[in-house]
Amino acid sequence: MLTSESLKRIDREIAKYPADQKQSAVMASLAIAQEEQGWLSSEAIEFVAGYLGMAPIAAYEVASFYNMYDLKPVGKYKVSVCTNLPCMLTGGVDAGEYLKQKLGIDYNETTPDGLITLKEGECMGACGDAPVMIVNNRRMCSWMNPEQIDKLLAELK
Amino acid sequence: MAILGAINPMLSVGLDGDNAWRLADYVKRGGYTALRRILEEKLPQEYVINEVKKSVLRGRGGAGFPTGLKWSFMPRSFPGDKYVVCNSDEGEPGTFKDRDILRYDPHSVIEGMAIAGFAMGAGRGYNYIHGEVWEIYERFEEALDEARAAGLLGKDILGSGFNFDLFAHHGYGAYICGEETALLESIEGKKGQPRFKPPFPASFGLYGKPTTINNTETFASIPYIINLGGEHYLEAGKANNGGTKLFSVSGHVNRPGNYEIPLGTPFATLLDMAGGMRGGRQLKGCIPGGSSSPVVPAATMMDCTMDYDSISKAGSMLGSGAVIVMDETTCMVKALERLSFFYYEESCGQCTPCREGTNWLYKIVHRIEHGQGRADDLDLLASVTTNIMGRTICALGDAASMPVQSFIKHYRDEFAYHIEHKKCLVPVDVQRAGSGFFTATV
Repeated sequence: MLTSESLKRIDREIAKYPADQKQSAVMASLAIAQEEQGWLSSEAIEFVAGYLGMAPIAAYEVASFYNMYDLKPVGKYKVSVCTNLPCMLTGGVDAGEYLKQKLGIDYNETTPDGLITLKEGECMGACGDAPVMIVNNRRMCSWMNPEQIDKLLAELK
Repeated sequence: MAILGAINPMLSVGLDGDNAWRLADYVKRGGYTALRRILEEKLPQEYVINEVKKSVLRGRGGAGFPTGLKWSFMPRSFPGDKYVVCNSDEGEPGTFKDRDILRYDPHSVIEGMAIAGFAMGAGRGYNYIHGEVWEIYERFEEALDEARAAGLLGKDILGSGFNFDLFAHHGYGAYICGEETALLESIEGKKGQPRFKPPFPASFGLYGKPTTINNTETFASIPYIINLGGEHYLEAGKANNGGTKLFSVSGHVNRPGNYEIPLGTPFATLLDMAGGMRGGRQLKGCIPGGSSSPVVPAATMMDCTMDYDSISKAGSMLGSGAVIVMDETTCMVKALERLSFFYYEESCGQCTPCREGTNWLYKIVHRIEHGQGRADDLDLLASVTTNIMGRTICALGDAASMPVQSFIKHYRDEFAYHIEHKKCLVPVDVQRAGSGFFTATV
């Protein structure tokens, strides 16, 4: 189900916890599975549960509780825009609207070519860089004015 | 430069340069001398805890609980595993100081946690890092590798016989995990739903073992307390409010960012350091301690000093030190609507008053903002908040209620205007201009 490279990474996570507490690695393992496959299918969640020796429902509970896991396929790039108050005060909502208009989609939609999924995010802990957005849960983009957004979109191919 | 400005700084000294976060740089600026002295001079655990008590260091995550006292709750003679956990799940809107501490000075947190482990007899620690700041998580793992390779973590640290190992655990998008027992559940590989207290983590924490959880900045302050001595650290702040603190300033200021100032510094000074109000506009209100703390109107805020006691006297909380500055272009109804949506979205759903109540709060503020408010809505909001507060397992319910109560208390006229006229007191184009988003191209 997962590549040996991903399994190696999961094993490194398991080693962080006491031997009888493998379940502690579930968050990292799901993140690794999602990184490899683009999203978390039921099969991927069940596989991770089996690998860690936990009930599939317990892994599913985790996958559905934390909002950076994607339980449905997303575009090649997932762009999450923070619109929470500190970002809103310095243009976070405007940035979201600008992106919607540029991409021709609403939040939680994907461009027809499958390239970009747009999400409205919650506070990302980087309010001094507002407005901020995150690409694929990994790359924090700071001070996203129209010019910066155009640059980012040109880059996401 | 990590920190945009400082007065008599401790935490942010010497953090210039791309390699400030590396072990070699940290050691060059005096890093790990506190841990080294404790282990080499065989200082007793009591000594360390007493220094922390004398410093009157208060928890930097939001609650402001005295750290030394918290450490003394740990059963030191407990024979089995004990844990030290760092809460770097920084998701309180407006707060971004721990991100910079971990980005530019991760070893101060590692050293602080190792000292804490020594003082409380804990052999293992975890740092729970907000999932959204992924590069910070990766950097912290690298810093841990450096510390392990240098014999500063692991078995028999510096030949002292003291064992302490430390690992990083990442979140993945759940504000509630900033609540300490939800955070523990999350490390255990579960949904982040807070636990009933008591039992407190000091007796039943991670994996059911005695555990102490402190904020990132709290741990980062520990080496300075040991090096300076608790009393000198206290003197750097003001009575009952020891030391310096990082403040995250966001919103309508010219230079949003982190600033380190002694506790007790006037708000006006901090505002000046952050470049003053954008476009020379007037301050309307300020949320002084992260989104959960009550909003304070401009005039009161300008009289405050930045410390736990002064902000508390002004009817709010210093919280995490996240200062959200709002100018006259801000629609207070819209601001509250966004915050209420946040708490509704982030309620873990465990307690009915919070799960249902946050939904009600959001829906009602939403309809006021969208011209469908009813005459009795403000009373209804007040009633919902009093039916949430104090009736839930954790503080998220209170955190959702306090903004609602304070926004209505201080800006009641604006809410009433919305309900009566079905539009905003602050014209929409004025609000848009205030955000400054389009100034780059227009």
